[in-house]
Amino acid sequence: MKSGSRLEKILVERRFALTGELGPPRGADISVVKEKAKHLKGMVDSVNITDNQTAMVRMASWAASVLAIQEGLEPNYQMVCRDRNRIAMQSDILGAYALGIRNIICLSGDHPMFGDHPKSKKVFDIDSIQLICAVKRMRDEGKFMSGSEIAVKPEMFIGAALNPFAEPFEFREIRMAKKIEAGADFFQTQCIFNMKRFREFVTRANDLGLTEKAYLLAGVTPLKSLGMARHMKNNVPGIDVPDAIIKRIAGVEKKQQADEGITIACEQIEEFKAMKGLAGVHLMAIEWEHRVPEIVERAKLLPRPQV
Amino acid sequence: MIIGEVKPLEEIKSLIKGYRKILNTGCGGCTAVCLAGGQKEVDILNTKLALSCKAENTPLEIDGFTVERQCEVAFVSEFDRMVGQYDAILSMACGAGVQFLAERYPDKPVFPAINSTFVGVNKDIGWYEERCKCCGDCVLGFTGGICPVTMCAKSLFNGPCGGPQGESCEVSKDIPCAWVAIYKRLKGQNRLDNIRTIHTARDWRDQVQGRIILDQYKSRYVQDVK
Repeated sequence: MKSGSRLEKILVERRFALTGELGPPRGADISVVKEKAKHLKGMVDSVNITDNQTAMVRMASWAASVLAIQEGLEPNYQMVCRDRNRIAMQSDILGAYALGIRNIICLSGDHPMFGDHPKSKKVFDIDSIQLICAVKRMRDEGKFMSGSEIAVKPEMFIGAALNPFAEPFEFREIRMAKKIEAGADFFQTQCIFNMKRFREFVTRANDLGLTEKAYLLAGVTPLKSLGMARHMKNNVPGIDVPDAIIKRIAGVEKKQQADEGITIACEQIEEFKAMKGLAGVHLMAIEWEHRVPEIVERAKLLPRPQV
Repeated sequence: MIIGEVKPLEEIKSLIKGYRKILNTGCGGCTAVCLAGGQKEVDILNTKLALSCKAENTPLEIDGFTVERQCEVAFVSEFDRMVGQYDAILSMACGAGVQFLAERYPDKPVFPAINSTFVGVNKDIGWYEERCKCCGDCVLGFTGGICPVTMCAKSLFNGPCGGPQGESCEVSKDIPCAWVAIYKRLKGQNRLDNIRTIHTARDWRDQVQGRIILDQYKSRYVQDVK
């Protein structure tokens, strides 16, 4: 065991893992985190706590991660390269570990131009692959990036992101291989809507042996409405929503669109359960945490394994 | 070359407010080439300032003089005989030129009239694009001659983020993704191995002011270097 986290145990035992997502609030209100956590507890194995996603200022992801622990969830602490240099990042990793955080997800981060502080100075001192290298070195060698010794090593289970739907497509498997070489233990993909392209990607990743070296979790986002489907297609970078999905959502009454979105997600999850090379699902129910129990129930992912 | 843009007139006016006799100094180097701070632009700015101050009944005497380059002591010294007659100096050079003047004339207020924006190329007349961040650790050798520090919005070193929209950067459809371009060029040159390996965290070299003294001149300046 590298970290001993629940997520790691479930993946090592080859149980089909399920991770969720919890976006910290745009304020210092603990009750928001508690309310969201209530719906996720017992429904997922661990929960991504996003780090100022879409470059909007939110409660620090380490702080919301600690609140999640207090609510009985296991956090996947997200860390982006956009806002902090290597000194602050390594410092936060030590702090996060000291406070009981055991899973970390290393990301580049959305560009500041998307957020509410587009005039801020972007940092990007290191990139996501260099961050993975750093966390691995801290854990396995007990050394900072500088090479100096760490007294108590932060033993983190290291996650990374993967987007098979962004150009250049042929480079995506190379990038996955690089992240594995850097030290990624598991991957969560961008929201999958284009199943054909995803199947092709997984087949290539299987052929290259990548899915044997790291656990791959398929990203699923249930569409709440036709408006959301169109927004994801047109405005969210790196997301590929095929017209067939748009048509399918558009084909039902407005009141039924959320239900149809959940049905599509459940069909995807059924396929992922049987897909060679997949170790689980990452369920991103964006600002829809209260529907997670229903989705997980309908996707026949309950009860979650006890480890 | 260094590309600059003339500051808004109101900002320049607020900088020189209260000074009656001004010497506006042009630079015949980069800022002249990018049509921001050569003799012609000195003349235009001086005319605008004079007209504007006249309209507001603010007394202003402004002269212009342009040297070959404001970043070189041999040329900057041409101002020595003039500066005594003025209350303040306006510089249309890049930030390096402004500071070089301020350093040479420590008793005189020196104000920038230009925003130095980037190191770039002249794509066509009046069209400039950034190409270099002067980061001090050039990686163009492994990125197919396309700079990820400058051209990638996140300055990534190990390939594209998950954000490209087609071949565009997530930031704007009008900005090409640097890593899509790097990938294509290296693939075309059969050099993809360059970006298969991990490029480790780099030395940004921006902790202290940059200074280079060529080896062959070290003996000449070594006492001053300390």
